[in-house]
Amino acid sequence: MRRGAWEPYFYVAPSVLLIAAIMVAPLITGLSYAFHDIILLDPLSGDFVGFDHFRDMAEDDSFWTALANTAVWTSVSVALQFGLGLALALLLNHPLPGRRLVQALIFLPWAVPGFLSGLTWAWLFNPVIGPLPHWLKAAGLMAEASNILSDPHVALWGPIVANVWWGIPFFAITLLAALQSIPKDIYEAASIDGAGPWRQFCRITLPLLAPTILLTVMLRTVWVANFAELIVVMTKGGPADATQILASYIFSLAFQRLDFGYASAVAAVLLLLLLGYAAAVMALRRAMAERG
Amino acid sequence: MAAISLSGVHKNYGAVPVLKGIDLEIADGEFVVLVGPSGCGKSTLLRLIAGLEEIGGGLIRIDGRLVNDIAPKDRDLAMVFQSYALYPHMTVRANMSFALKQRRLAPGLIDRAVEEAAAKLGLSELLDRKPRALSGGQRQRVAMGRAIVRQPKAFLFDEPLSNLDARLREQMRYEIRKLHGELGATSVYVTHDQIEAMTMADRIVALKDGVIQQIGAPAELYDDPANLFVAGFIGSPAMNFLDAELTADGVMAGGLMLARRPGPLGGKVTVGLRPERMAIVAADSGLPARVDLVEPTGLAQLVHLDLAGQRVKLFTTDRRALTPGDLVGLAIRPDDVLLFDPAGGKRLSGW
Amino acid sequence: MMLRVLRILALAAFLLFALFPLFWLLKVSVTPTDLLYGEGVRLWPSRMTLDHYVSVLRHTQFPLFFRNSLIVSAATAILSTVAASAAGYAFSRFRFRGKAWVAGLLLVSQMFPLVIIVAPIFRLLAPLGLTNSLIGLIVVYTAVNVPFAAFLMQSFFEAIPKDLEEAAMMDGATRFQALRQVILPLTLPGLAATGGFVFSAAWSELLFALMLNSSASVSTFPSGLLGFISKFSVDFGQMMAAAFLALLPVCAFFFLIQRHLVQGLTAGAVKG
Repeated sequence: MRRGAWEPYFYVAPSVLLIAAIMVAPLITGLSYAFHDIILLDPLSGDFVGFDHFRDMAEDDSFWTALANTAVWTSVSVALQFGLGLALALLLNHPLPGRRLVQALIFLPWAVPGFLSGLTWAWLFNPVIGPLPHWLKAAGLMAEASNILSDPHVALWGPIVANVWWGIPFFAITLLAALQSIPKDIYEAASIDGAGPWRQFCRITLPLLAPTILLTVMLRTVWVANFAELIVVMTKGGPADATQILASYIFSLAFQRLDFGYASAVAAVLLLLLLGYAAAVMALRRAMAERG
Repeated sequence: MAAISLSGVHKNYGAVPVLKGIDLEIADGEFVVLVGPSGCGKSTLLRLIAGLEEIGGGLIRIDGRLVNDIAPKDRDLAMVFQSYALYPHMTVRANMSFALKQRRLAPGLIDRAVEEAAAKLGLSELLDRKPRALSGGQRQRVAMGRAIVRQPKAFLFDEPLSNLDARLREQMRYEIRKLHGELGATSVYVTHDQIEAMTMADRIVALKDGVIQQIGAPAELYDDPANLFVAGFIGSPAMNFLDAELTADGVMAGGLMLARRPGPLGGKVTVGLRPERMAIVAADSGLPARVDLVEPTGLAQLVHLDLAGQRVKLFTTDRRALTPGDLVGLAIRPDDVLLFDPAGGKRLSGW
Repeated sequence: MMLRVLRILALAAFLLFALFPLFWLLKVSVTPTDLLYGEGVRLWPSRMTLDHYVSVLRHTQFPLFFRNSLIVSAATAILSTVAASAAGYAFSRFRFRGKAWVAGLLLVSQMFPLVIIVAPIFRLLAPLGLTNSLIGLIVVYTAVNVPFAAFLMQSFFEAIPKDLEEAAMMDGATRFQALRQVILPLTLPGLAATGGFVFSAAWSELLFALMLNSSASVSTFPSGLLGFISKFSVDFGQMMAAAFLALLPVCAFFFLIQRHLVQGLTAGAVKG
């Protein structure tokens, strides 16, 4: 009676096999390193050390700084990417002359490799070779035309700006798609009922977009939390750990200190935090769906 | 052309039972209509016959052959979908040739078959157009042409006229029926519209909540409904239902004698009265009723009456002037009074 | 009217913000090295030069890196799109046991920093001879991109009514034949968009390119670009020229497909 029941498995098999082999198996191996002492190039390492790395982590100031920075980095980046992306999507949702061209151009930043975006922005912020510090000084936002990337108090803003520049198109595209799928007659009915544009936005647009928003923001947050490239390229985590996030800390532990064991332990903690976050968002989404 | 036989057919979606034991014999060449409200399981039943869903239990035979485990493509049935499901990127000709190409028929034979079917449906001029360049009615015909060209064992229709406006629907009803006459094809037709059922069917299968309520020719369901559901579903305007009592002298509602029939005493009963089976007479000649609202339809009027506190609709070609508030008499023939058991809805007979 | 003007101004601001860094990249790439530091803040160099481009194309191995990137990205795009289409189709059309698990797998695979699996992957590929090879890179990139690509393709498939396949199956086709002959032609924009997206993701990838392939013959351009830093002690002019050249194909590609991305995501978007 179960004719054709194997069909769906046949379709998902290639993807599942690939992911299992290239991502899941290595992930499990990688996580297992967290319980071993593994220093690359040291043939004598490799002993099982139990929870030692995690104990060390609890007392590691760099770790806690990185954790705090991760929270700031992620929330600010995503908030700005989302807010500006939404604004852009709303703007593009109206017919305007040359919209197609404008739209295509505005989405270009997404096509730029992350590290290149980091390099370019690092450059733009460098007063010796870039214009931004001078413009900021002229605009009164900075006392001196200095490199914000060397100032521990504001250094994180450098990568954040680069991240926002790079990430707006993603939100804009997704939100524009969602906006365009809302039937126009809902807005027409609201207009007849006397609702102005702001009211319509709050009462119609936002609630209808909510499920998409939730999922997209969640995926993006996780992705941004893991995104070390910009920071590694622009500041290497400095000055003095001011821009170090967990993902970049893992990177420097693994490739500068060559301590794969500890790096994997930190990665395990990051993964757990993100899984918890994702579970919370999914539960929220379900609760919202049941309510409305 | 083939006979279709269903016995003990069950289907669940998860824990929810959708079809609860369907037994149905469809004869070769018969036009059977499955009718019922949304959620009654009629589309599911059709899809089980087509093979588009897995059966939960029971047997389906086409031409005597058990088809439970046979894929849709091998059952040799043609289906006309509610949304027509025309292949958007292919011309009408390509749409109609698709099935025959799958069977690897010779191109010459395919072209001939397509042209014949197109001629029958008035599509000959449209063969090179794509679906988006066609009107709703034309698309519907292409969907039928696609089915006809295959000369299948049976046709399955899944609410094909729902997306058409009233005028087109009338026209297509006529055309589908005529085609059936010409081709003599076994057809299973699903609709929620009882007018389509009444005008097109050789036999109607009335479904509710996954259970067959009644099977019979249209006239049977109209004159002799098996229960409240069938009585209320078939016929337009819908049958009136009144609360009444069985007394020693007959059926009484609100102190009025509706039908003087001696019979078993006892209890409450639901009375069914067809709006078109009553007449307006002088106020003292019939049951006293007060006019509540009048809806003229050109040919007739639909008069809403208050009869001893209960609402009764009357459909009459008598176009006399009536205004709300008028007192009139309602004439009912005893044979037109149908009785139903209020608990369960079954028709009470033996009167 | 006022609103319209404001909108246009806002869009102009966004446009400026989006294009300025790219413009700067171009500007540096045509600035002669001696003017690089002195004229850093100018919007356009007083003297333009194409020397950097010439030097990149003639005197470095950049053309080789470019070619490698092209091969790897194109192959990844094709393989990912095929695997993701199959998975996306399954998610759109079938209900099956373990569906939630597979969905969970795809989700989790996007949630951890890839740096943690670099070493294990190296240990996995080395005995197979796939390190220091383009094929190894293609395999890794395909696996990493399939989850999001499957999500995109599922969205595109959701936009196509299910009764089209059912009609084709009634007409005598197997589901696979229906997929090939009826559904896929209708998802061409979606396939292009997904392929383009994966192409640009593979094109930009740095970490695995750097860690898995060390010899120049199989390096892709991101690692080649970083090579400009050590070799010439940061020859910015050449580096930006190389970067600009490398940006051209992916920007052009993206320029063309972004409309389809919006269109395709529209269909499945509100339904989530």
